[in-house]
Amino acid sequence: MDLRAFADEVGTDDPVTITGLGTRGGGVVDARCVQAPSGIEWIEADEMRISCAAGTPVDALNEALARHGQRVALPPGGTVGGALAVGHSGVRLLGDGALRNTLLQARYVDANGTLITAGGPTVKNVTGFDLCRLLVGSRGTLGFIGDVILRSRPIAPTAQWFTVETNDPWSALSRLYRPVSVLWNGTTAWVLLEGHAADVAAQAALCNLQAADVPEVSGHRHVITPAEERTLRGQFLCQLGTGIVYTDQPSFTAASPTPGRTGLARAIKTQFDPTGRLNPGVVVG
Amino acid sequence: MNAALLDELRAALDPKRVHSDPSTTGLYRRDASNITGTAGAVCFPTSTAEVVACVQACARHNTPFVARGSGTGLAGGATPLDDAVVIVMTKMNRLLSVDTVNRLAWVEPGMLNLDLSRAVAEHGLHFAPDPSSQQSCSVGGNVANNAGGPHCLAEGVTNAHILALEVVLSDGSVVELGGESAEVDGYDLRGVFVGSEGMFGIATKICVRLTPLPPAVKTMLLDFDTVDAGAHTVSAIIAAGIVPAALEMMDQVCVGAVEAFVHAGMPTDAAAVLLIEVAGLPAGLAVDVDLIAEIGRGHGARTIRVAANEAERALLWKGRKSAFGAIARIKPNYYLHDTVVPRRQLPRVLAEVYAIAERYELIVLNVFHAGEGNLHPLLVFDKREPGALDRVHRAGEEIVRACVAAGGVLSGEHGIGLEKRDFMPLMFSPEDLAAQAALRRAFDPAGLANPHKVLPSPAGCADVHAVPDGVWI
Repeated sequence: MDLRAFADEVGTDDPVTITGLGTRGGGVVDARCVQAPSGIEWIEADEMRISCAAGTPVDALNEALARHGQRVALPPGGTVGGALAVGHSGVRLLGDGALRNTLLQARYVDANGTLITAGGPTVKNVTGFDLCRLLVGSRGTLGFIGDVILRSRPIAPTAQWFTVETNDPWSALSRLYRPVSVLWNGTTAWVLLEGHAADVAAQAALCNLQAADVPEVSGHRHVITPAEERTLRGQFLCQLGTGIVYTDQPSFTAASPTPGRTGLARAIKTQFDPTGRLNPGVVVG
Repeated sequence: MNAALLDELRAALDPKRVHSDPSTTGLYRRDASNITGTAGAVCFPTSTAEVVACVQACARHNTPFVARGSGTGLAGGATPLDDAVVIVMTKMNRLLSVDTVNRLAWVEPGMLNLDLSRAVAEHGLHFAPDPSSQQSCSVGGNVANNAGGPHCLAEGVTNAHILALEVVLSDGSVVELGGESAEVDGYDLRGVFVGSEGMFGIATKICVRLTPLPPAVKTMLLDFDTVDAGAHTVSAIIAAGIVPAALEMMDQVCVGAVEAFVHAGMPTDAAAVLLIEVAGLPAGLAVDVDLIAEIGRGHGARTIRVAANEAERALLWKGRKSAFGAIARIKPNYYLHDTVVPRRQLPRVLAEVYAIAERYELIVLNVFHAGEGNLHPLLVFDKREPGALDRVHRAGEEIVRACVAAGGVLSGEHGIGLEKRDFMPLMFSPEDLAAQAALRRAFDPAGLANPHKVLPSPAGCADVHAVPDGVWI
């Protein structure tokens, strides 16, 4: 894909922001707003990888991939670029692993309007320092993603949500073999199992799980340690074993970044965007 | 070596754990690569505080330092240049804590990869990255190189298994990167530190993600009359929606060497052998085994063997993991390469590798992670033969160029180090490399952590260090 027009649009001087479908809040105010191109470049099921522009809707990508029996591990809704820039997995975090592992290569426009290639095109690659890691979760403060190569994976033959009333969801977490998700609100657990139908049924029977609809997940997302999940009280829904909690409260007693971390984060921002023109006002710790 | 720096190192650590005698520094001049440098001093810290003290002493004297684990790296990443201080992490090898429910553990960086898996096996867990050197390589080294291994096809390389790191930066400050949560907010400093080859700082504590041992495993051996048939089978398995736990390939020369050494019953007359492992719950496993067998037969597999028991499975894996040792039966020396190509390019690239070896009159063995297209051509030679090493280097360069031209990358799991540093422009523009250098400056503005590795020297700048013996460049 030719990203020169996108790079020119990002430009070199003025404060600039980027938006996709706006599902995660869109761009910042008081800055010129650009949009990344959109569209699927190619799908290579036998390589388990796809290439698309950052503005491609995640749902459209997964619809196209489903025809090859595959999917990408990005949460539904919004654009591919938005999902990567925010870097939050959905409820499948336990089974799929962190969203950041999905990105193999990115081409992004830096603060000088230059197109930079990060990472590499193959499923396995340790060539140089992996700038893809830096882009995921950086909220557009270091560069604007133009297009990407993502790892895809097969869709399991069977997927089913289950539920069980329990005050000890950890026993299910320990006994089940690699559940995709275990959600818990203090009294009820919801479990997503995937695989061969007979294996899913046997696993469900092991923990007395009953088939259920997809649970509703809403609220503000917070990060704690997995061990702290045992201390949760009141209204909450946690992704067991991951340290991700959703509550109605906008703020939460989460550990604040240590001074050393903050210093490193500032140094990185200074190196990549010395004038602070990319997504001005957004601070990533 | 600066006497004042030595005095400060001896004051910070037990003097018995600081060495500057040539017999010791000579031992630490290189890693498992062919590349030799020079060490000014060798320190063996036992705590984060001692690592901080070593790094601070180096910073005061503007002297570079190189962190070293077991020294099994193959790209010269732990080779010290310009009398750098080698900080050996092997005495920091404790398992600090294990959370069996949330499946994570804190370890010190010198802990050996296999020791970690053995220590948590009683809880039904293991550390998924399994490089062939796993009996001797350290978790800290795995972090530095973002190490792989056969089972990384399904589980991902080291980066996917590291949750948090305590690191000492080159100014002596201690920072925790990442966290026990599966997905912390902020820049992924943990993620960029993994694979930074010791150039961002020194990891002193590592929080690893542990993976459940599978309830059932099937290990299969398929053999083929042509390398092409084996390679096409690999692509077809992946396209069919199966992600085996491991999918390895050995060619005829390799099988011959291994069989003479291990006696695993591998067919020595086959052009290619696939070692395929599927793991998981029993019903899905049975379906996968049948489908793999069907795909194999469709591609002309001569025999399809499924290991009947754990002993047979262990023997097949011993064959695979002994490949490098078995090679000594052919010639005394070998040069192991590590590149990745898209799977569908395997037949074409392998043919090219054979042609290159033939042109340089070298024997080449191929034993590799076929599921990921991660090639490991092994050039076998006798360095006492005049010109042999030179031919090996020239053939190696052609192999690397052919792989990148086929849409591949310079390294899949060994890293860049010194070995492939000057090939980086094959994959990256000057602007791309400048961005990587900027990231390093953020971590190490003084440039004291393992300098001169990974990133090529900017054109026009005089090389500040002596080009070490054995390097290709």
